[in-house]
Amino acid sequence: MEALVALVIGVLTACGVYLTLRARTFPMVLGLTFLSYAVNLFLFTMGRLTIGQPPIIKATAPGYADPLPQALVLTAIVISFAMTAFVIMLALKARAELGNDHVDGREDT
Amino acid sequence: MNHLVIAPVLLPLLAGVLLLLLRPFAIELRRLLSLLAVIGQVVLAILLLARVHNGEILTYALGGWVPPFGIVLVADRLAIWMLLITTLLACFALLYAVRGTDIRGRHFHVLFQLQLFGLNGAFLTGDLFNLFVFFEILLLASYGLLLHGGGRLRTRAGLHFVVINLAGSTLFLFAVGTLYGIMGTLNMADLARQIAVLPAEHLGPVKAAGLLLFGVFALKSAVLPLHLWLPAAYANTSAPVAALFAIMTKVGAYSILRMETLLFGGDAGLLAGMLNAWLLPLALLTLAVGMLGVLAAASLRQQTAYLLVASVGSLLTAFGLGSSAGIAAGLYYLPHTTFATAALFLLADSISRRRGELDDRFEAGVVMCDRSLLGGLFVVAAMLIAGLPPMSGFIGKWLMLQAALPHPWLAWIMGVILVTSLLAIIALARAGSVLFYRAETAAPASGKPPMASRTRELLPATGLLSLCAALVIWAGPVDEFARATADQLLQADEYVHAVLGTPLAPGRGLTP
Repeated sequence: MEALVALVIGVLTACGVYLTLRARTFPMVLGLTFLSYAVNLFLFTMGRLTIGQPPIIKATAPGYADPLPQALVLTAIVISFAMTAFVIMLALKARAELGNDHVDGREDT
Repeated sequence: MNHLVIAPVLLPLLAGVLLLLLRPFAIELRRLLSLLAVIGQVVLAILLLARVHNGEILTYALGGWVPPFGIVLVADRLAIWMLLITTLLACFALLYAVRGTDIRGRHFHVLFQLQLFGLNGAFLTGDLFNLFVFFEILLLASYGLLLHGGGRLRTRAGLHFVVINLAGSTLFLFAVGTLYGIMGTLNMADLARQIAVLPAEHLGPVKAAGLLLFGVFALKSAVLPLHLWLPAAYANTSAPVAALFAIMTKVGAYSILRMETLLFGGDAGLLAGMLNAWLLPLALLTLAVGMLGVLAAASLRQQTAYLLVASVGSLLTAFGLGSSAGIAAGLYYLPHTTFATAALFLLADSISRRRGELDDRFEAGVVMCDRSLLGGLFVVAAMLIAGLPPMSGFIGKWLMLQAALPHPWLAWIMGVILVTSLLAIIALARAGSVLFYRAETAAPASGKPPMASRTRELLPATGLLSLCAALVIWAGPVDEFARATADQLLQADEYVHAVLGTPLAPGRGLTP
């Protein structure tokens, strides 16, 4: 399972980086979204992958699921959600004011 | 528990929320409230300074959760010094903004207070994830402030600024996640304690995470090669916002200093002095390239933005020396450069509004009204920034060079600092002579007319410049305080002891 999760994070990050480097605002926003998905998943895994464990230390249970990364991820999701909404509005504003959706505000010549 | 520590974080938050609710009321009321809140923060910073002045480290555990399990706020000399600089700067930036900038868009005062909320929190927090959250708060507010007033260039520069900072935030989270995955804690004091006894097999990931964090903070403080976003963003925003943003790059420098001394300082075992190989060369390059930008700039605001890049270069050169004297020199130089560049941003706005459609471009043009007063202030600001005696810039650079004497790279440091100072003098003298001397009496034929005399708007810039004068007059006590701060920083043990109650000795083992 670790290998699969690591692969997913890697692919998401690679897609995110590629799309963020594009010259149009829409792929760029998508790229940033992919990057934030990747990092959220990464944070989540940093508490180690466990199945069927209680989120508290219990004498009878064989282990525990670390609850802290889940709290961190929740915060990170809220922040990245707000940021994505903001950057979409900004991209629309740039499209309206600059007349095109190139990140530098001008068409390639 | 000392509730005074959290007050500078709560006050701007509550003021911001209140200002949002008071939107239907007259602008005068909101201006007054916003100003009172900022003055209140200055008072709080002074009160805290009186408490930590003797070397005491105040901590505040939120919700009563004992560190390292809860979030902790830590007020040591460095944090309060940064707090005082920020609040004083904000006070004068706001005084300028209430003269008309704040009604060119919505929610200026709310965003201004939230920006201070993020800044104050970032300086006071003792938790790495909490630092991330405060960074996001100050960035979100800064996006709004940057775009305040609108305009094509502002939107384009704003888009770049937002996107690069979002990418930076992602990297920050990757670094935080890695550190948590290895050490199971994000409390900075606890991290320092665990890094000190880090077993060799965990060296790689922790080093990678540390350098990733350094990269993120370098991005925030506009260190070469991550400085390209700054000139466009700062040159195109409104003057009071640019003035306030003079402290934003210093947040990155503060974080680098905190990381350099606390996490990877002399006690850090295998990772001691990890950043030394990177910090000094990059800082010197930033200083050199920033100053070349100053020479090449085509307008006063752009030039000031490049001066800001160069000032971060000087600041990190001082921090990069790693010695107590070097850090102390940097801490003396920090308020000087922040206030001086902020004053120059405000002056640039006053100049551009008096020149009609010529704006602040370096082209000979109309004779400005209030020419002698404005010119006098410009000369003072330029002398401060170039570091001519007897100004505070000179004292700062002198302390820096003195601290560099025992360093093996002395020749490089001295060469770069002295040559860039000369370049700054040349660039600023050229700017001043084009703007003030090579002016013709004829008014421009068309376009917006130059505005009439209004000397009261120069008061905030004068205030900032007089703060620099105060740094000269009280150079002795300030330098003494900076040295004490540097010594406290290099004793990471004290910080860890104040937060966790146990010294930096080998502690508990790694979490599974």
